[in-house]
Amino acid sequence: MEEVKLLGFWPSPFVYRVIWALKLKDVQFDYIEEDLSNKSELLLRYNPVLKKVPVLIHGGKAIAESLVILEYIEETWPQNPLLPKDPHEKALARFWIQFGLEKMRPIHQAYFPAIGEEREKAAKQYQEVLKIVEDQCLGDQRFFGGETIGMVDIVYGMLAYWFECMEEAVGVKVIEPSILPRLHAWVNNFKQVSVIKDNLPHHGKLLAYYKTLREKLVSARSTLPTPSNHDAS
Amino acid sequence: MAGKESVIVHGMWASPYSKRVELAFKVKGIPYEYVEEDFKNKTPELLKYNPVHKKIPVLVHNGKPIAESLVILEYIEEVWKDCPQLLPNDPYEKAQVRFWVDFINQKFTDIMMTIIKTKGEVQEKALSQVHELIKVLDEGIKIFFPDGNPTFEVKNLGLLDIIASTVFCSFSATEEVIGAKIIDPEKTPLLYSWVKALGEHPLVMEIIIPHEKLVSILGPWRQSFINPPPSQS
Repeated sequence: MEEVKLLGFWPSPFVYRVIWALKLKDVQFDYIEEDLSNKSELLLRYNPVLKKVPVLIHGGKAIAESLVILEYIEETWPQNPLLPKDPHEKALARFWIQFGLEKMRPIHQAYFPAIGEEREKAAKQYQEVLKIVEDQCLGDQRFFGGETIGMVDIVYGMLAYWFECMEEAVGVKVIEPSILPRLHAWVNNFKQVSVIKDNLPHHGKLLAYYKTLREKLVSARSTLPTPSNHDAS
Repeated sequence: MAGKESVIVHGMWASPYSKRVELAFKVKGIPYEYVEEDFKNKTPELLKYNPVHKKIPVLVHNGKPIAESLVILEYIEEVWKDCPQLLPNDPYEKAQVRFWVDFINQKFTDIMMTIIKTKGEVQEKALSQVHELIKVLDEGIKIFFPDGNPTFEVKNLGLLDIIASTVFCSFSATEEVIGAKIIDPEKTPLLYSWVKALGEHPLVMEIIIPHEKLVSILGPWRQSFINPPPSQS
Protein backbone atom coordinates (compact mmCIF):
# COMPACT_ATOMS: atom_id res chain seq x y z
CA MET A 1 0.00 0.00 0.00
CA GLU A 2 1.23 3.50 -0.75
CA GLU A 3 2.50 5.64 2.09
CA VAL A 4 -0.03 7.74 3.99
CA LYS A 5 1.03 10.82 5.94
CA LEU A 6 -1.09 13.30 7.86
CA LEU A 7 0.07 16.83 8.62
CA GLY A 8 -1.69 17.99 11.75
CA PHE A 9 -1.82 20.30 14.74
CA TRP A 10 -2.51 18.68 18.12
CA PRO A 11 -5.48 20.84 19.35
CA SER A 12 -7.31 20.86 16.01
CA PRO A 13 -10.69 19.06 15.90
CA PHE A 14 -10.48 19.17 12.08
CA VAL A 15 -7.26 17.14 12.18
CA TYR A 16 -8.89 14.63 14.52
CA ARG A 17 -11.72 14.06 12.01
CA VAL A 18 -9.10 12.67 9.65
CA ILE A 19 -7.31 10.66 12.38
CA TRP A 20 -10.59 9.00 13.39
CA ALA A 21 -11.58 8.19 9.79
CA LEU A 22 -8.21 6.58 9.08
CA LYS A 23 -8.25 4.61 12.34
CA LEU A 24 -11.85 3.44 11.85
CA LYS A 25 -10.80 2.05 8.48
CA ASP A 26 -7.60 0.57 9.89
CA VAL A 27 -5.36 2.59 7.57
CA GLN A 28 -1.73 2.89 8.70
CA PHE A 29 -0.36 6.41 8.54
CA ASP A 30 2.47 8.61 9.77
CA TYR A 31 1.41 11.64 11.75
CA ILE A 32 3.51 14.78 11.40
CA GLU A 33 2.94 17.58 13.91
CA GLU A 34 3.07 21.06 12.41
CA ASP A 35 4.22 24.13 14.27
CA LEU A 36 1.75 26.60 12.83
CA SER A 37 3.78 29.56 14.07
CA ASN A 38 6.64 28.28 11.91
CA LYS A 39 5.11 26.42 8.97
CA SER A 40 7.20 23.65 7.53
CA GLU A 41 8.38 23.45 3.95
CA LEU A 42 6.27 20.29 3.73
CA LEU A 43 3.05 22.13 4.62
CA LEU A 44 3.77 25.04 2.29
CA ARG A 45 4.52 22.60 -0.52
CA TYR A 46 1.51 20.39 0.00
CA ASN A 47 -1.08 23.05 0.78
CA PRO A 48 0.22 26.16 -0.95
CA VAL A 49 -3.27 27.60 -1.43
CA LEU A 50 -4.51 27.70 2.15
CA LYS A 51 -1.38 26.74 4.15
CA LYS A 52 -3.59 24.98 6.70
CA VAL A 53 -3.85 21.60 8.35
CA PRO A 54 -5.07 18.87 8.07
CA VAL A 55 -3.33 17.78 4.86
CA LEU A 56 -3.41 14.12 3.83
CA ILE A 57 -0.54 12.93 1.66
CA HIS A 58 -1.17 9.61 -0.06
CA GLY A 59 1.53 8.21 -2.33
CA GLY A 60 3.01 11.70 -2.54
CA LYS A 61 -0.27 13.36 -3.57
CA ALA A 62 -1.76 15.94 -1.22
CA ILE A 63 -5.40 16.51 -0.32
CA ALA A 64 -6.47 19.48 1.81
CA GLU A 65 -9.71 20.58 3.56
CA SER A 66 -10.99 18.11 6.15
CA LEU A 67 -14.35 17.43 4.45
CA VAL A 68 -12.68 16.81 1.08
CA ILE A 69 -10.18 14.52 2.82
CA LEU A 70 -13.00 12.56 4.52
CA GLU A 71 -14.73 11.95 1.17
CA TYR A 72 -11.37 10.86 -0.32
CA ILE A 73 -10.75 8.44 2.55
CA GLU A 74 -14.27 7.01 2.19
CA GLU A 75 -13.70 6.29 -1.50
CA THR A 76 -10.14 5.09 -1.32
CA TRP A 77 -10.67 2.73 1.64
CA PRO A 78 -14.29 1.54 1.37
CA GLN A 79 -14.10 -0.84 4.38
CA ASN A 80 -16.18 0.24 7.39
CA PRO A 81 -18.15 2.80 5.40
CA LEU A 82 -18.76 6.15 7.09
CA LEU A 83 -21.54 7.25 4.74
CA PRO A 84 -24.82 5.41 4.03
CA LYS A 85 -24.98 3.41 0.81
CA ASP A 86 -28.40 4.70 -0.24
CA PRO A 87 -27.94 7.92 -2.27
CA HIS A 88 -30.79 9.73 -0.53
CA GLU A 89 -29.53 8.79 2.94
CA LYS A 90 -26.04 9.83 1.86
CA ALA A 91 -27.41 13.18 0.68
CA LEU A 92 -29.06 13.68 4.08
CA ALA A 93 -25.76 13.00 5.86
CA ARG A 94 -24.01 15.52 3.61
CA PHE A 95 -26.83 18.03 4.20
CA TRP A 96 -26.22 17.92 7.96
CA ILE A 97 -22.49 18.24 7.44
CA GLN A 98 -23.14 21.41 5.39
CA PHE A 99 -25.59 22.62 8.05
CA GLY A 100 -22.86 22.41 10.67
CA LEU A 101 -20.51 24.34 8.40
CA GLU A 102 -22.97 27.06 7.41
CA LYS A 103 -25.12 27.58 10.48
CA MET A 104 -22.83 26.78 13.37
CA ARG A 105 -19.67 28.55 12.31
CA PRO A 106 -20.93 32.15 12.60
CA ILE A 107 -22.63 31.37 15.91
CA HIS A 108 -19.45 29.77 17.21
CA GLN A 109 -17.44 32.79 16.14
CA ALA A 110 -19.82 34.96 18.17
CA TYR A 111 -19.83 32.61 21.19
CA PHE A 112 -16.15 31.86 21.74
CA PRO A 113 -14.86 35.44 22.20
CA ALA A 114 -18.07 36.67 23.85
CA ILE A 115 -17.80 38.62 27.10
CA GLY A 116 -20.27 39.61 29.79
CA GLU A 117 -23.93 39.31 28.83
CA GLU A 118 -23.07 38.54 25.21
CA ARG A 119 -22.13 35.07 26.40
CA GLU A 120 -25.65 34.14 27.49
CA LYS A 121 -27.10 35.55 24.29
CA ALA A 122 -24.60 33.65 22.12
CA ALA A 123 -25.14 30.45 24.15
CA LYS A 124 -28.88 30.72 23.58
CA GLN A 125 -28.39 31.12 19.80
CA TYR A 126 -26.09 28.12 19.83
CA GLN A 127 -28.71 26.08 21.71
CA GLU A 128 -31.40 27.00 19.14
CA VAL A 129 -29.27 25.72 16.28
CA LEU A 130 -28.21 22.62 18.19
CA LYS A 131 -31.87 21.90 18.99
CA ILE A 132 -32.54 21.62 15.26
CA VAL A 133 -29.64 19.18 14.92
CA GLU A 134 -30.85 17.22 17.95
CA ASP A 135 -34.46 17.01 16.75
CA GLN A 136 -34.04 16.53 13.04
CA CYS A 137 -30.71 14.81 12.61
CA LEU A 138 -30.01 12.83 15.78
CA GLY A 139 -33.61 12.11 16.77
CA ASP A 140 -33.79 9.04 19.01
CA GLN A 141 -30.69 7.45 17.51
CA ARG A 142 -27.65 6.64 19.58
CA PHE A 143 -25.37 8.22 17.01
CA PHE A 144 -25.91 10.44 13.95
CA GLY A 145 -24.86 7.41 11.93
CA GLY A 146 -27.46 5.18 13.64
CA GLU A 147 -26.19 2.28 15.75
CA THR A 148 -22.55 3.03 14.93
CA ILE A 149 -20.72 6.30 14.28
CA GLY A 150 -20.51 7.68 10.78
CA MET A 151 -19.19 10.74 8.99
CA VAL A 152 -21.73 13.09 10.57
CA ASP A 153 -20.62 12.00 14.07
CA ILE A 154 -16.99 12.53 13.08
CA VAL A 155 -17.68 16.00 11.71
CA TYR A 156 -19.70 17.00 14.80
CA GLY A 157 -17.04 15.43 17.02
CA MET A 158 -15.78 18.85 18.08
CA LEU A 159 -18.97 19.21 20.16
CA ALA A 160 -18.20 16.04 22.10
CA TYR A 161 -14.81 16.98 23.56
CA TRP A 162 -13.29 20.25 22.40
CA PHE A 163 -16.49 22.09 23.14
CA GLU A 164 -16.39 21.29 26.88
CA CYS A 165 -13.03 23.06 27.08
CA MET A 166 -14.40 26.02 25.15
CA GLU A 167 -17.47 26.18 27.41
CA GLU A 168 -15.19 26.24 30.43
CA ALA A 169 -13.05 28.99 28.91
CA VAL A 170 -16.14 31.08 28.07
CA GLY A 171 -17.80 30.33 31.41
CA VAL A 172 -21.29 29.69 30.02
CA LYS A 173 -22.46 26.16 29.18
CA VAL A 174 -24.34 25.39 25.97
CA ILE A 175 -24.92 21.63 25.92
CA GLU A 176 -27.03 21.48 29.09
CA PRO A 177 -28.67 18.09 29.72
CA SER A 178 -31.94 19.81 30.61
CA ILE A 179 -32.05 21.72 27.30
CA LEU A 180 -30.34 19.31 24.89
CA PRO A 181 -30.80 15.89 26.54
CA ARG A 182 -30.24 13.70 23.49
CA LEU A 183 -27.22 15.67 22.28
CA HIS A 184 -25.80 15.54 25.79
CA ALA A 185 -26.23 11.75 25.75
CA TRP A 186 -24.60 11.60 22.32
CA VAL A 187 -21.56 13.48 23.68
CA ASN A 188 -21.05 10.77 26.31
CA ASN A 189 -21.72 7.89 23.91
CA PHE A 190 -19.38 9.30 21.28
CA LYS A 191 -16.50 9.69 23.71
CA GLN A 192 -16.90 6.04 24.75
CA VAL A 193 -16.38 4.66 21.24
CA SER A 194 -12.95 3.00 21.48
CA VAL A 195 -11.38 4.63 18.39
CA ILE A 196 -12.50 8.03 19.67
CA LYS A 197 -11.56 7.40 23.31
CA ASP A 198 -8.07 6.32 22.29
CA ASN A 199 -7.57 9.30 19.98
CA LEU A 200 -8.22 12.54 21.78
CA PRO A 201 -5.84 15.35 22.77
CA HIS A 202 -4.85 15.77 26.41
CA HIS A 203 -7.73 17.46 28.22
CA GLY A 204 -5.62 19.70 30.48
CA LYS A 205 -3.45 20.88 27.62
CA LEU A 206 -6.50 21.53 25.44
CA LEU A 207 -8.22 23.56 28.16
CA ALA A 208 -5.09 25.68 28.62
CA TYR A 209 -4.83 26.14 24.85
CA TYR A 210 -8.43 27.39 24.55
CA LYS A 211 -8.13 29.67 27.57
CA THR A 212 -5.07 31.32 26.02
CA LEU A 213 -6.70 31.51 22.59
CA ARG A 214 -9.83 33.08 24.04
CA GLU A 215 -7.79 35.67 25.94
CA LYS A 216 -6.06 36.65 22.69
CA LEU A 217 -9.38 36.91 20.84
CA VAL A 218 -11.04 38.93 23.60
CA SER A 219 -8.17 41.41 23.77
CA ALA A 220 -8.10 41.72 19.97
CA ARG A 221 -11.82 42.51 19.88
CA SER A 222 -11.32 46.02 18.53
CA THR A 223 -10.00 44.48 15.27
CA LEU A 224 -11.06 41.33 13.43
CA PRO A 225 -10.36 38.02 15.28
CA THR A 226 -7.12 36.19 14.44
CA PRO A 227 -7.82 33.73 11.57
CA SER A 228 -7.37 30.12 12.53
CA ASN A 229 -4.47 28.16 11.06
CA HIS A 230 -6.40 24.93 11.10
CA ASP A 231 -9.12 24.66 8.56
CA ALA A 232 -12.67 25.34 9.51
CA SER A 233 -14.30 23.14 6.90
CA MET B 1 -36.38 1.69 -11.96
CA ALA B 2 -40.01 0.77 -12.73
CA GLY B 3 -42.52 3.37 -13.81
CA LYS B 4 -41.95 7.03 -14.58
CA GLU B 5 -39.51 8.99 -12.46
CA SER B 6 -40.57 12.22 -10.82
CA VAL B 7 -37.85 14.87 -10.86
CA ILE B 8 -38.87 18.30 -9.59
CA VAL B 9 -36.58 21.28 -8.98
CA HIS B 10 -37.81 24.10 -6.76
CA GLY B 11 -35.82 27.17 -7.74
CA MET B 12 -35.79 30.89 -8.29
CA TRP B 13 -34.89 32.61 -11.55
CA ALA B 14 -32.26 34.91 -10.00
CA SER B 15 -30.55 32.34 -7.79
CA PRO B 16 -27.20 31.00 -8.98
CA TYR B 17 -27.70 28.07 -6.59
CA SER B 18 -30.81 26.79 -8.32
CA LYS B 19 -29.20 27.46 -11.72
CA ARG B 20 -26.48 24.96 -10.75
CA VAL B 21 -29.02 22.21 -10.29
CA GLU B 22 -30.75 23.01 -13.59
CA LEU B 23 -27.41 23.09 -15.39
CA ALA B 24 -26.39 19.72 -13.93
CA PHE B 25 -29.60 18.12 -15.24
CA LYS B 26 -29.08 19.72 -18.65
CA VAL B 27 -25.49 18.44 -18.82
CA LYS B 28 -26.68 14.95 -17.94
CA GLY B 29 -29.61 15.19 -20.33
CA ILE B 30 -32.16 14.42 -17.61
CA PRO B 31 -35.60 16.04 -18.02
CA TYR B 32 -37.00 17.76 -14.92
CA GLU B 33 -40.02 19.72 -13.83
CA TYR B 34 -39.30 23.22 -12.57
CA VAL B 35 -41.24 25.08 -9.90
CA GLU B 36 -40.52 28.80 -9.61
CA GLU B 37 -40.63 29.90 -5.97
CA ASP B 38 -41.59 33.36 -4.82
CA PHE B 39 -39.66 34.20 -1.63
CA LYS B 40 -42.54 36.26 -0.30
CA ASN B 41 -45.01 33.47 -0.93
CA LYS B 42 -43.26 30.11 -0.62
CA THR B 43 -45.16 27.04 -1.78
CA PRO B 44 -46.31 24.58 0.90
CA GLU B 45 -44.17 21.95 -0.87
CA LEU B 46 -41.00 23.99 -0.32
CA LEU B 47 -41.79 24.44 3.37
CA LYS B 48 -42.50 20.71 3.66
CA TYR B 49 -39.43 19.58 1.74
CA ASN B 50 -36.90 21.97 3.27
CA PRO B 51 -38.24 22.66 6.76
CA VAL B 52 -34.76 23.39 8.14
CA HIS B 53 -33.77 26.24 5.84
CA LYS B 54 -36.96 26.90 3.83
CA LYS B 55 -34.66 27.81 0.92
CA ILE B 56 -34.22 26.87 -2.70
CA PRO B 57 -32.93 24.91 -4.49
CA VAL B 58 -34.66 21.72 -3.42
CA LEU B 59 -34.67 18.64 -5.60
CA VAL B 60 -37.61 16.29 -5.08
CA HIS B 61 -36.83 12.90 -6.62
CA ASN B 62 -39.70 10.41 -6.53
CA GLY B 63 -41.11 12.27 -3.55
CA LYS B 64 -37.83 12.40 -1.59
CA PRO B 65 -36.34 15.86 -0.99
CA ILE B 66 -32.69 16.87 -1.13
CA ALA B 67 -31.54 20.39 -0.20
CA GLU B 68 -28.25 22.38 -0.47
CA SER B 69 -26.98 22.89 -4.00
CA LEU B 70 -23.66 21.03 -3.67
CA VAL B 71 -25.34 18.12 -1.89
CA ILE B 72 -27.92 17.99 -4.68
CA LEU B 73 -25.20 17.94 -7.37
CA GLU B 74 -23.37 15.05 -5.67
CA TYR B 75 -26.71 13.21 -5.46
CA ILE B 76 -27.45 13.79 -9.15
CA GLU B 77 -24.02 12.45 -10.05
CA GLU B 78 -24.58 9.28 -8.01
CA VAL B 79 -28.10 8.50 -9.10
CA TRP B 80 -27.90 9.17 -12.84
CA LYS B 81 -24.94 7.16 -14.03
CA ASP B 82 -25.68 6.27 -17.68
CA CYS B 83 -24.97 9.79 -18.91
CA PRO B 84 -22.17 12.39 -18.91
CA GLN B 85 -20.19 12.37 -15.64
CA LEU B 86 -19.72 15.50 -13.59
CA LEU B 87 -16.80 14.16 -11.55
CA PRO B 88 -13.65 12.23 -12.53
CA ASN B 89 -13.46 8.54 -11.52
CA ASP B 90 -10.07 8.75 -9.83
CA PRO B 91 -10.48 9.60 -6.11
CA TYR B 92 -7.49 11.97 -6.10
CA GLU B 93 -8.69 13.89 -9.16
CA LYS B 94 -12.16 13.97 -7.61
CA ALA B 95 -10.67 15.45 -4.43
CA GLN B 96 -8.93 18.17 -6.47
CA VAL B 97 -12.23 19.11 -8.10
CA ARG B 98 -14.03 19.15 -4.74
CA PHE B 99 -11.30 21.31 -3.19
CA TRP B 100 -11.68 24.01 -5.87
CA VAL B 101 -15.49 23.71 -5.92
CA ASP B 102 -15.37 24.38 -2.18
CA PHE B 103 -12.97 27.29 -2.68
CA ILE B 104 -15.14 28.95 -5.31
CA ASN B 105 -18.36 28.24 -3.42
CA GLN B 106 -17.16 29.64 -0.09
CA LYS B 107 -14.76 32.46 -0.85
CA PHE B 108 -16.58 34.74 -3.28
CA THR B 109 -20.20 35.24 -2.21
CA ASP B 110 -19.72 37.57 0.76
CA ILE B 111 -16.92 39.57 -0.79
CA MET B 112 -18.90 40.15 -4.00
CA MET B 113 -21.87 41.35 -1.94
CA THR B 114 -19.60 43.90 -0.26
CA ILE B 115 -18.24 45.04 -3.62
CA ILE B 116 -21.72 45.60 -5.08
CA LYS B 117 -23.17 47.23 -1.97
CA THR B 118 -20.36 49.65 -1.10
CA LYS B 119 -18.13 52.36 -2.49
CA GLY B 120 -14.93 54.22 -1.60
CA GLU B 121 -12.43 52.67 0.81
CA VAL B 122 -14.63 49.74 1.87
CA GLN B 123 -15.13 48.74 -1.74
CA GLU B 124 -11.43 49.27 -2.55
CA LYS B 125 -10.42 46.93 0.24
CA ALA B 126 -12.92 44.27 -0.87
CA LEU B 127 -11.75 44.59 -4.48
CA SER B 128 -8.17 44.08 -3.46
CA GLN B 129 -9.19 40.96 -1.50
CA VAL B 130 -11.11 39.52 -4.43
CA HIS B 131 -8.19 40.19 -6.78
CA GLU B 132 -6.00 38.11 -4.46
CA LEU B 133 -8.53 35.27 -4.56
CA ILE B 134 -8.74 35.48 -8.35
CA LYS B 135 -4.96 35.23 -8.59
CA VAL B 136 -4.89 32.15 -6.34
CA LEU B 137 -7.67 30.56 -8.38
CA ASP B 138 -5.97 31.32 -11.71
CA GLU B 139 -2.86 29.56 -10.40
CA GLY B 140 -4.85 26.68 -8.92
CA ILE B 141 -6.84 25.79 -12.02
CA LYS B 142 -3.67 25.20 -14.04
CA ILE B 143 -3.86 21.54 -12.97
CA PHE B 144 -7.13 21.22 -14.88
CA PHE B 145 -5.74 22.79 -18.03
CA PRO B 146 -2.31 21.19 -18.43
CA ASP B 147 -1.88 22.63 -21.92
CA GLY B 148 -2.41 26.09 -20.47
CA ASN B 149 -3.82 27.14 -23.78
CA PRO B 150 -5.79 30.33 -23.29
CA THR B 151 -8.04 29.58 -26.25
CA PHE B 152 -9.88 26.33 -25.65
CA GLU B 153 -13.34 24.92 -25.90
CA VAL B 154 -15.20 23.75 -22.85
CA LYS B 155 -16.75 20.63 -24.27
CA ASN B 156 -18.25 18.49 -21.54
CA LEU B 157 -19.12 20.49 -18.48
CA GLY B 158 -18.11 19.00 -15.15
CA LEU B 159 -18.90 19.93 -11.56
CA LEU B 160 -16.22 22.61 -11.42
CA ASP B 161 -17.43 24.17 -14.69
CA ILE B 162 -21.00 24.20 -13.36
CA ILE B 163 -20.04 25.95 -10.12
CA ALA B 164 -17.70 28.38 -11.89
CA SER B 165 -20.40 29.28 -14.47
CA THR B 166 -22.95 30.12 -11.81
CA VAL B 167 -20.48 32.16 -9.77
CA PHE B 168 -18.29 33.91 -12.35
CA CYS B 169 -20.41 34.42 -15.47
CA SER B 170 -22.26 37.22 -13.72
CA PHE B 171 -19.03 39.07 -12.92
CA SER B 172 -18.94 40.97 -16.23
CA ALA B 173 -22.27 42.59 -15.36
CA THR B 174 -20.94 43.52 -11.91
CA GLU B 175 -17.79 44.93 -13.54
CA GLU B 176 -19.92 47.14 -15.77
CA VAL B 177 -22.06 48.35 -12.86
CA ILE B 178 -19.15 49.20 -10.53
CA GLY B 179 -16.82 50.40 -13.29
CA ALA B 180 -13.89 48.18 -12.32
CA LYS B 181 -12.43 44.88 -13.49
CA ILE B 182 -12.60 41.78 -11.32
CA ILE B 183 -11.25 39.12 -13.69
CA ASP B 184 -8.53 40.85 -15.71
CA PRO B 185 -7.66 39.15 -19.04
CA GLU B 186 -4.07 40.31 -18.77
CA LYS B 187 -3.38 39.48 -15.13
CA THR B 188 -5.26 36.17 -15.02
CA PRO B 189 -5.57 35.04 -18.65
CA LEU B 190 -6.37 31.40 -17.94
CA LEU B 191 -9.27 32.12 -15.59
CA TYR B 192 -10.52 34.86 -17.92
CA SER B 193 -10.52 32.52 -20.96
CA TRP B 194 -12.18 29.74 -19.00
CA VAL B 195 -15.00 31.97 -17.72
CA LYS B 196 -15.47 33.45 -21.19
CA ALA B 197 -15.67 29.97 -22.77
CA LEU B 198 -18.14 28.90 -20.06
CA GLY B 199 -20.32 31.91 -20.77
CA GLU B 200 -20.45 30.98 -24.44
CA HIS B 201 -21.34 27.31 -23.84
CA PRO B 202 -24.87 26.63 -25.17
CA LEU B 203 -26.10 24.93 -21.98
CA VAL B 204 -24.76 27.70 -19.74
CA MET B 205 -26.40 30.27 -22.01
CA GLU B 206 -29.72 28.48 -21.43
CA ILE B 207 -29.63 29.18 -17.70
CA ILE B 208 -27.67 32.33 -16.93
CA ILE B 209 -29.32 35.73 -16.81
CA PRO B 210 -28.30 37.62 -19.98
CA HIS B 211 -25.70 40.36 -19.44
CA GLU B 212 -27.92 43.34 -20.28
CA LYS B 213 -30.74 42.14 -18.07
CA LEU B 214 -28.37 41.53 -15.16
CA VAL B 215 -26.85 45.02 -15.57
CA SER B 216 -30.36 46.53 -15.53
CA ILE B 217 -31.07 44.73 -12.23
CA LEU B 218 -27.72 45.19 -10.50
CA GLY B 219 -27.44 48.88 -11.29
CA PRO B 220 -30.52 50.07 -9.38
CA TRP B 221 -29.91 47.43 -6.66
CA ARG B 222 -26.43 48.83 -6.06
CA GLN B 223 -27.84 52.35 -5.98
CA SER B 224 -30.35 51.35 -3.31
CA PHE B 225 -27.41 50.61 -0.99
CA ILE B 226 -24.97 53.39 -1.84
CA ASN B 227 -27.58 56.12 -2.31
CA PRO B 228 -30.63 55.03 -0.36
CA PRO B 229 -33.70 57.24 -0.83
CA PRO B 230 -34.22 59.68 2.11
CA SER B 231 -37.36 57.84 3.33
CA GLN B 232 -35.34 54.67 4.08
CA SER B 233 -33.10 54.46 7.12
